[in-house]
Amino acid sequence: MKANVITFPGSNCDKDIGSILANEFQADVHYVWHKESFDNRPDLVVLPGGFSFGDYLRCGAMAKYSPCMKSVDEHRKRGGFVLGICNGFQILTEAGYLPGALLHNRSLKYVCKDVDLLPDKQNQVTAGLSSQALSIPIAHGEGAYFADEETLKRLEGDSLVAFRYAENPNGSLHDIAGITDAKGKILGMMPHPERAMNPYTGKMDGKAIFESIFKNL
Amino acid sequence: MYQIKINITLKSSVLDPQGQTVLKALHDQGKQSVVDLRVGKYIEVKVDAKSEAEAESLAKEMCESVLVNQVIESYSYQIQAL
Repeated sequence: MKANVITFPGSNCDKDIGSILANEFQADVHYVWHKESFDNRPDLVVLPGGFSFGDYLRCGAMAKYSPCMKSVDEHRKRGGFVLGICNGFQILTEAGYLPGALLHNRSLKYVCKDVDLLPDKQNQVTAGLSSQALSIPIAHGEGAYFADEETLKRLEGDSLVAFRYAENPNGSLHDIAGITDAKGKILGMMPHPERAMNPYTGKMDGKAIFESIFKNL
Repeated sequence: MYQIKINITLKSSVLDPQGQTVLKALHDQGKQSVVDLRVGKYIEVKVDAKSEAEAESLAKEMCESVLVNQVIESYSYQIQAL
């Protein structure tokens, strides 16, 4: 598997996800600086967590104009898989690859803790996961998923919700923690599965999530 | 040269927790006459445009492409010749 991890100025989870993909899944990982383009036809493109462009203006608002996004768009049009984690999810919504937006947490507090995630069995990407809750860390100040009524209806009707919080930590509508596009080729999620992939931390629930994604590449 | 003053607020259908928190703080100070409060963003831009119409079209383009997320925000602007 060939994976490209994009590094924006302010990305800070690029090496985390890259090392997991390389060491645990033997992926051929390329780190792509946001000003570069790529044409190595990866199987997976990752927009990692962090604070692209300092989160100024809005989280993820400026990343969509980075030159690399042209290559990401070509990858997407070829039917390649795009995974956006945390700030990556915010970028995916700002770029219009996924509907909705991420707002300030309703508590106005930055939340950093393990949450129970419930995979949706109807969704293409998460269908293979067991119905059991997965314990995955979150760490964000702007993670409340918002979309208008019509969009929410479409997300529910077309089974595009991939993950929900068992206990809503941020005020996301419909308890949404992650969604996919209609083809199941773009997944955006606020929780960090790459932080639940190391036995030293006592957390391994991220593994099942990655395996489920790889089945859909 | 023109100055564009842009005001951005969350759409009325979007919950504004920041505004609600400030509103509650004002109520705690006894200012019960404050019935609603929403926190927004103000952006000033100077543009080297030849006419007000050109400045206006730049303003609209900037707002809709970068400065405003129309899923959650609405905006208004004023233009002033410098």
